[in-house]
Amino acid sequence: MTTTVEECTDPVALSLWHPVVAVAELNPQEIQTTLLLGYQISYGLRNDGSLGAARQDQPRVELPVRSRYGYLWVCLGEPRGDVFDIPEAEEADRRTLNAASIMVNTSAPRAVENFLDMGHFPFVHGGFLGVEPHTEVVDYEVTIENSEVWARQCLFYQPQAAASASGGQISEYTYRVPHPYCVMLTKSSPTDPSRQDVIGLFIQVMTQERIRAHNFLSVLDEDSSDTVLKRFQQIIFSQDKPILENQYPKLLPLDPRVEVPIRADKSAIAYRRWLSELGLTYSVIPGDQNSTGQATTGQRSL
Amino acid sequence: MSQNHTRDESKTTATNEVEDLSLRWFPIGRSDDAAHRHVHHAKLLGRELAVWRADDDYLNVWENRCLHRGVRLSIGHNDGTELKCIYHGWRYASRTAGCTYIPAHPADAPARTICNRTFPAGERYGLMWTTEQGEGSPPEIPALEAGSPFALRSLPFDAPAALIEEHLDQYQSGGEVTVTELGPHNLLLTSDQASIVFFIQPVDSGESVVHSVLTTAPNPQNELVVLHHHARALTALRDRIETVASRLPEPTPLEPALEQIEPTDLDGQTPPSRDEAELRVTVARKWETGEGIKAFELVPLTGQLPTVQPGAHIDVHLPNGLVRQYSLTNRAGEQEHYVIGVKLEPDSRGGSACLHESVREGDVLAISAPRHNFSLRRDALDTILIAGGIGITPLLSMAETLSQGGHPFTLHYFAQSSSHLAFPDRLEELGDACRTHLGLSPEQTGDQLKDILDSYTTSQHVYICGPGPMLDAARDLAEGHRWPESAVHFEYFKNTTEVDKSAEFTISLARSGVTTTVGAGQSILKVLRDQGIAMPSSCEQGACGTCVVGVIKGEPLHQDVYLKPGERASGERIVTCVSRSLSDELILDI
Repeated sequence: MTTTVEECTDPVALSLWHPVVAVAELNPQEIQTTLLLGYQISYGLRNDGSLGAARQDQPRVELPVRSRYGYLWVCLGEPRGDVFDIPEAEEADRRTLNAASIMVNTSAPRAVENFLDMGHFPFVHGGFLGVEPHTEVVDYEVTIENSEVWARQCLFYQPQAAASASGGQISEYTYRVPHPYCVMLTKSSPTDPSRQDVIGLFIQVMTQERIRAHNFLSVLDEDSSDTVLKRFQQIIFSQDKPILENQYPKLLPLDPRVEVPIRADKSAIAYRRWLSELGLTYSVIPGDQNSTGQATTGQRSL
Repeated sequence: MSQNHTRDESKTTATNEVEDLSLRWFPIGRSDDAAHRHVHHAKLLGRELAVWRADDDYLNVWENRCLHRGVRLSIGHNDGTELKCIYHGWRYASRTAGCTYIPAHPADAPARTICNRTFPAGERYGLMWTTEQGEGSPPEIPALEAGSPFALRSLPFDAPAALIEEHLDQYQSGGEVTVTELGPHNLLLTSDQASIVFFIQPVDSGESVVHSVLTTAPNPQNELVVLHHHARALTALRDRIETVASRLPEPTPLEPALEQIEPTDLDGQTPPSRDEAELRVTVARKWETGEGIKAFELVPLTGQLPTVQPGAHIDVHLPNGLVRQYSLTNRAGEQEHYVIGVKLEPDSRGGSACLHESVREGDVLAISAPRHNFSLRRDALDTILIAGGIGITPLLSMAETLSQGGHPFTLHYFAQSSSHLAFPDRLEELGDACRTHLGLSPEQTGDQLKDILDSYTTSQHVYICGPGPMLDAARDLAEGHRWPESAVHFEYFKNTTEVDKSAEFTISLARSGVTTTVGAGQSILKVLRDQGIAMPSSCEQGACGTCVVGVIKGEPLHQDVYLKPGERASGERIVTCVSRSLSDELILDI
């Protein structure tokens, strides 16, 4: 079967910065290609250390690029401002790395919602981020600040919260969605509880239903090797991937009448509303407030 | 069986065809594809289905997505009575597809509106069938009714159903074949060698599954040879048809509509139905289950009964005009009927006496939908259930649910004597987890309760149901032994508080802006109803908690036995059938 890839025309998605690759994984002068919002693009690292990217159908038009937090970010339209700030990651004594870049057959907002979700920990990450019968999601605080979604005081019992954790603990997370396709959490570091470790999921939207999720880490752990840190994240992500690939429809429905939310989903509800308000249409099924008929899945040909 | 389906060679539009076909029954697998404790994944007319058989052999055909986040239910767990979603552990009951438990909110009963889409199911000729919008049952095929049907191997084809029908005459069964259309996607092929009925399942616009049933079962010694022969013939036919299909333009996949759901409020609370006698049931069985205790099995006159969660109660409208509340004593996952246990009260005012003496098997009763004000958490590290006498009814249901889920628990059952134990067969199945305490004096009962509630450890919960004095004693002991209020759950049979109705006060309704007076002798509940507000209620004596509303401002005068001390002190909720106001005005969140 042939896959027809539709090129994105959503002005909101086109004006965003999109992560494409971990810069550390680039070799100088090697040109790589990938899909971004349905467009074939090429990118690479020049000898002078600068980064470049272009659409394959317009090889002479240089696309705006940025190098931040270890990733190459590309914009396919007119960028509005810079890549969002991560103040914690600017601290000098941090270890910042890309734990993995994993392809998933789902839409970016489905992956963002999964990242925001604590309720699945005991069922999907049993023995790591949660364990039965500790299934309760206690109330937490959700706000919209500076056009970002924040969820604070997110508490959950975790048998092994991180690679460096020994034994169970009640973890407290703060979640932040600074970008429709990027999400991160901060939690107090096991090595210095007064400071925050950051785990991010920066999603490269290849098409509406296919993503490459770049898993960002910025931690104060000086003991665990890169391999140990990466492996932990990869185990967690490998548990999420089959769930994400079995959600239907793949695109995130913004109409509240398509899926049933509960109190535990407060952050996801805020995220869906926020996407609606941004007017984003790429990777979602926009909610039609006036619709009285049946919602269609928005599923396209495969 | 309709014969009038004509296939328009110039191709009807996909939509018309789907509308037409949505009324038809189609096979969606062989009966043995839905083995116990398994979930079979099927697809019909572009819609994915999760097909699963409960341990009682009931066949469920559901839309293949959990209503919460759209995850396929076909990758969930079939535990024999419920299907558990793999993502967040939501549980859905066999038959009704209603949600019975949401682990993220273990203290709340899921809203009644959280119910998956179900489709009719049937089994015939060794195949499982369903229909999107049709009625009745799978088609009866005279050639199969008259013969000894024998289902062959079902085979998926990468081809539209219509294309398969066109080429079916190329099936190599030995000799000349004749193909007769029996109905849409349903054909009879006869040759010198065999007579086969083909049912073509339109999976999607370009995909099908061919199910074939021999009209005459082969001789058992010959079975393998026959299966082999037809598997080869069908595979050869598939190769031929798929070659043709691959040269045609790929058809647009069907887009089945997703049913919209009622938005629920985030508290997950079931908005209880206003209609208090909405269900009609027949007494299918009445039996003595202990000394002075009759059990009743109630089956619906039509359709399915609403989903049951452990600890639920219903209102029973008796032939003599009285309304009484009884806990459901259903087993875990038992959905085909409701079971209640009724003790004959010596001072019966006509409720239990009527059920014991007048109501017979075959009688029709009106009942309410289940109310879930005594919910069971399933996230405790240990659960203690304490039943006094007929207080066993909700707790037995809870015990069986915990037992089935593998959760640690102990059921303590206080009764007069062993002959007074209700449902003895079911108690026996609980084994050592059930401890009976027989013929104890009030003092001995107190000592026993003291032992049971002696020490509290984290994540322990206790549920108590029984006579008022026993309940009061157990609650006092729990408090004395430092049980947190949130870990102590109770259900009173009745409210023995003397209700003071003397004061007059004002109520303001925050959502509608209405202000009105509750006069001496009136209840808040009655005044709300007079205002046209659809208020649910059940016991109307301050015991069951059905008519609770939120209080935004004012100081309630609590006269119920439903709210816990902390809830009373906070003044945030009020039981509207009996409680009143200490302040001149109450602002209610309604």
